[in-house]
Amino acid sequence: MKKLLAVTLAAALAAGFVGCGGSGTTSGTTSNAASGSADAGETIKVGSLAPLTGSVSVYGITTVNGIKMAVDEINANGGVMGRQIELLTEDEKGEVQDAVNGYNKLISDGMVFLIGDVTSKPCDAVAKIAAGDGTPMLTPTGTAPSITQNGDNIFRTCFLDPFQGQIMAQFAAEKLGAKKVAVMANSSDDYSDGIAKSFVAKAQELGLEVVGDERYGADDTDFKTQLTKINAAGPDVIMFPDYYEKVALITNQARQIGFTGQMLGGDGWDGVLTSLGENASVVDNCYFSCHYFIGDTNEQVANFVNGYRSLYSEDPTAFSALGYDSVYIMKAAMEKAGSTDKAAVLEALRATDYTGVTGHMTFDENGDPIKSVAVLRLENGATVLDTMMTADGAEDSAPVASESASSAAAASEAAASSEAASSAAA
Amino acid sequence: MDGLFVFINQLINGLQVGSIYALVALGYTMVYGIVKLINFAHGDFIMVGAYLALFSVPMLLGAGLPAILVIVLVIVMSVIGCSLLGMATERIAYKPLRGSPSLSVLITAIAVSLFLENLFMILFSSASKPFPAIISANPISIGKIQTNAVTIITIALSIVCMIGLQLFVKKTRMGKAMRAVSEDAGAAMLMGCNSNVTISMTFAIGSGLAAVAAVMYCSAYPLVNPYMGSMLGLKAFIAAVLGGIGIIPGAMLGGFVIGLVESLTKAYISSYLADAVVFGILIVVLLVKPTGILGKNVGEKV
Repeated sequence: MKKLLAVTLAAALAAGFVGCGGSGTTSGTTSNAASGSADAGETIKVGSLAPLTGSVSVYGITTVNGIKMAVDEINANGGVMGRQIELLTEDEKGEVQDAVNGYNKLISDGMVFLIGDVTSKPCDAVAKIAAGDGTPMLTPTGTAPSITQNGDNIFRTCFLDPFQGQIMAQFAAEKLGAKKVAVMANSSDDYSDGIAKSFVAKAQELGLEVVGDERYGADDTDFKTQLTKINAAGPDVIMFPDYYEKVALITNQARQIGFTGQMLGGDGWDGVLTSLGENASVVDNCYFSCHYFIGDTNEQVANFVNGYRSLYSEDPTAFSALGYDSVYIMKAAMEKAGSTDKAAVLEALRATDYTGVTGHMTFDENGDPIKSVAVLRLENGATVLDTMMTADGAEDSAPVASESASSAAAASEAAASSEAASSAAA
Repeated sequence: MDGLFVFINQLINGLQVGSIYALVALGYTMVYGIVKLINFAHGDFIMVGAYLALFSVPMLLGAGLPAILVIVLVIVMSVIGCSLLGMATERIAYKPLRGSPSLSVLITAIAVSLFLENLFMILFSSASKPFPAIISANPISIGKIQTNAVTIITIALSIVCMIGLQLFVKKTRMGKAMRAVSEDAGAAMLMGCNSNVTISMTFAIGSGLAAVAAVMYCSAYPLVNPYMGSMLGLKAFIAAVLGGIGIIPGAMLGGFVIGLVESLTKAYISSYLADAVVFGILIVVLLVKPTGILGKNVGEKV
């Protein structure tokens, strides 16, 4: 009896392993079937590395959903240079070791381009190896600054967290015409503190007066003291770079202590309206930056959002959008290079000039994107797209925002001239 | 001149935070004073009170009652709910341990705290829920001084609660019984006090205070989640120890001192250092006067 049980268990386990091994690379089979029509059946093997199980799997799954969607779209429309894309997906469980093993497996399977990894730590490890063999690597979502510094074949699609601070400082100066700004951030959180520091640096560079730079602890719920201090200095706008639950408390208290100006934030604000409940009016006319806007009427974004919803019956996240864009950036680079040769693709990738769901972007010398950021406005309990901002604040090729972008430019000119006037007066 | 107004506003901010700490600390000190038990689940009673209030508000507003009545009824309902919870906790978790070392009871209190947090997380998820604004938090300006109704009511309520408790413990029969039980439970029983009823009553009052604190806390900081009580409970416990645990006016004083120190440190020294300064003061006070600011130095009886 015991023996029989052991045998059954062993069989079940073995079946489980086979099942797991199979699921790792099944995603490629659909495109294989379609590739019969492509010339010579030569598929382009693209690797994707993401946590599909484990504690950070939520990010991996949503990113890979975006990647798969783009690959299927491209294959249905005739592929890249007439060749079908074969997507090889490896689950790295959010672990550095699994990520490295997964990368090596992808290389031995004949991968010519890597889209991944998703989270920063495994991504950094994989980038170190990829830098050695020169395989083009594009991470949709890894935000650690060090990732792209590993080698000149490593690129990323998302902007870095501090970039949002710079953009919002520029937005305050150019679009809102602010003269005095302040910031309050969570001292124990890299995201919050990083954005706050870059906001202050950019604001000073733009000639704004930073009248308050305060911090609070991770467990605090009372911010009135810092807010009273900031308010006494009379800022036009205050930046609160934190996640939505904290932001709900902070913005509420800012109004309670009598601050009437505009409040700004980063992508952590997404969800603040739910946390505020019936108090949503406290953030009326406040702004935050985001990778893209899900309600954007721009055709490209709307197609993406609708397509994603019908495929996966849920709303796409910023991760999905970044994964989706990464595939099209790769496609553009391969078509420009006219081959899948590493050196040629990298050369073309460096010269990327692409407009996608997450806005218009080019790469800087590190392989980090110089891209537009969606600045969203909250009004009457709803979120609307206000402006697509680029780092230079100059023109923007995102069609939906062309009008507001030009008004931003006008505002920046006005601000510049009034600044000149005031400095002349001084 | 502006600096003066800012200073006054900062004092008001400190008093508001302090009055919440004071309300919570009163509950700690009440239970400790009578039963000599540090009820670490007290912070979580606040959380339970907050959820009770959260669910009773839409019900009462739906019944079309006027705002003032809603506020009073919300507080009354939460107080009743929390008092029952406090009595039940005492009966189930603490009473069987009444003769055992105080460490066992302390550990049980921590277990009750974790149990409540996890139970509410499973029931209502860990996401914060917005608390409806039943008391207007709109700024009230008196000249350049800014305050709001929540702040004024919280400060007033904590003072009323303190005076009420002090009178209750010092002047009523039940209060006398409580003091007798705290002095010597066995002897009190011989004199005709029902110590079980007395201790239950103590927990009911302590937990009821947690419910009052919960409603005021949520009006000032309108987010409710299963972990909201832990840090608040810790700070209030420190306030109770600072003022002299077991001494009712001490809890009040401790709460206000901590609130004001926090506020003024953030305002005039650095917002990075607030907690360090608060805990630093606690260490200094305990070194100089281990029984707390209002504590009496009682020699060990031989």
